[in-house]
Amino acid sequence: MTRTEGSGSGADLAAAREIAAAVPDPELPMVTVADLGILRDVAAEDGRLVVTITPTYSGCPALREIAHDLRRRLGQAGFAEVTVRTALAPAWSSDWITAAGRRKLRAAGIAPPRPGPANQSPARGGPVPLTLTASRREPVACPRCGSRDTTQTAAFAATACKALFRCETCREPFEHVKEI
Amino acid sequence: MTEDEFAAYQSLSEETEDHRWAFGTGFTDPLEGIDASVPDGVDAVALATYCLMLGDDALIYSHRLQQWMTRLPELEEETALANIALDLLGQARMLLARAGRAEAPRRPDGSGRDEDELAFFRDEHEFRNVRLVEALDADFAELTGRLLIFSSWRLALFSRLTDSADPVLAAIAAKGVKELTYHRDYAAQWVIRLGDGTPLSHGKMQAALDAVWPLVDELFEADSVTAALSGVAADPAALRGEVGAVLDAVFDAATLDHPGAAPMARVAGKSGRDGVHTEAFGYLLAELQSVARAHPGATW
Repeated sequence: MTRTEGSGSGADLAAAREIAAAVPDPELPMVTVADLGILRDVAAEDGRLVVTITPTYSGCPALREIAHDLRRRLGQAGFAEVTVRTALAPAWSSDWITAAGRRKLRAAGIAPPRPGPANQSPARGGPVPLTLTASRREPVACPRCGSRDTTQTAAFAATACKALFRCETCREPFEHVKEI
Repeated sequence: MTEDEFAAYQSLSEETEDHRWAFGTGFTDPLEGIDASVPDGVDAVALATYCLMLGDDALIYSHRLQQWMTRLPELEEETALANIALDLLGQARMLLARAGRAEAPRRPDGSGRDEDELAFFRDEHEFRNVRLVEALDADFAELTGRLLIFSSWRLALFSRLTDSADPVLAAIAAKGVKELTYHRDYAAQWVIRLGDGTPLSHGKMQAALDAVWPLVDELFEADSVTAALSGVAADPAALRGEVGAVLDAVFDAATLDHPGAAPMARVAGKSGRDGVHTEAFGYLLAELQSVARAHPGATW
């Protein structure tokens, strides 16, 4: 089966969108690239399928794996000609993680991000926060027991997008997707 | 581990191909699919050199941070600095790729150098990084002090570049701003903890800042490349006030004296931006480039 001729048709494009949206993130495989807001667009251009993705962090090594996975899964579904494009602007924000994505992260024991610092970014006219004293931010809720009595143990974790926390109520450590 | 979680990790190994998780060299172009044409009225050669300057700052500093791996006091600092080094390496890759695209039409064969050629096959005098990023940190205090200064300066610089007339540079900067905000905060918290800590940690933190300070002035010096890129590049001198205010706030919270060491002299009027580097840089570059030069074209 090849869909190269007809990949401009609405039905094929809808099928391609569905396949692309279901590609798991290689580092957070419980969520898809659509859940994370990494998948920007699926479109047909001159009979070719063009998928646009965006990196979360500049050095994120997962982007290459995602591009490969997109080509492979779409190829298996009959889309022979697939171009994967990178879009840098606007820069990815943790605010783009969907409600479904947040639910899946929490179910896997990873605290989803709080609202992002969009209004504090210098690009939007405000000062960049610098923590000189104890933070007064909204607490991160424990994804296991829901307690808001949690402590950050490290600002960075096993991947660029996460920080490490500990719940003071159930005493379990957990990861938290950072706000950017 | 619940069944769902197990299934999620299981999906990683399904239909595994050889190149999955294979990281090394020979990556695909980090700017693949991005319109990298140089806007009308922008000096393409100056833009390429400017991207090399900012890319080299990140590449070389990332390498120095990577050299700290396995030597840090706690596992949490290992992951923090590995992530910071990775962010900077990502910024370097995009900036070097941007430089290669911008220079392409001006080269004899019409094709620009790729990120590997620029990182591994240029010689010492062709690198444009500031000298601040070249030295091996003497201790953890010096690491945090240098990181605070570097990330405060780069954050101020990238904040301005989000309005650059080159849309590719503006997009790279907008991503970097988010990352550098975390880097600066991490470094500031350590400088405060060490400075406002015991007499021993306070003394070491003060000595570290005094040791790094001679290389700070260079960050704010004008250069001919930046001067030729009005509306594209950010004037280094204009960053001095903002960076100084941030550093003063951290030094005050850390009960540290503002360092007053005199700037390191330029060499015959030249410094890092002109390709004139410190002795430490030659050793660093030899290590960084050794594998790629011993096995040209190899991927691993």
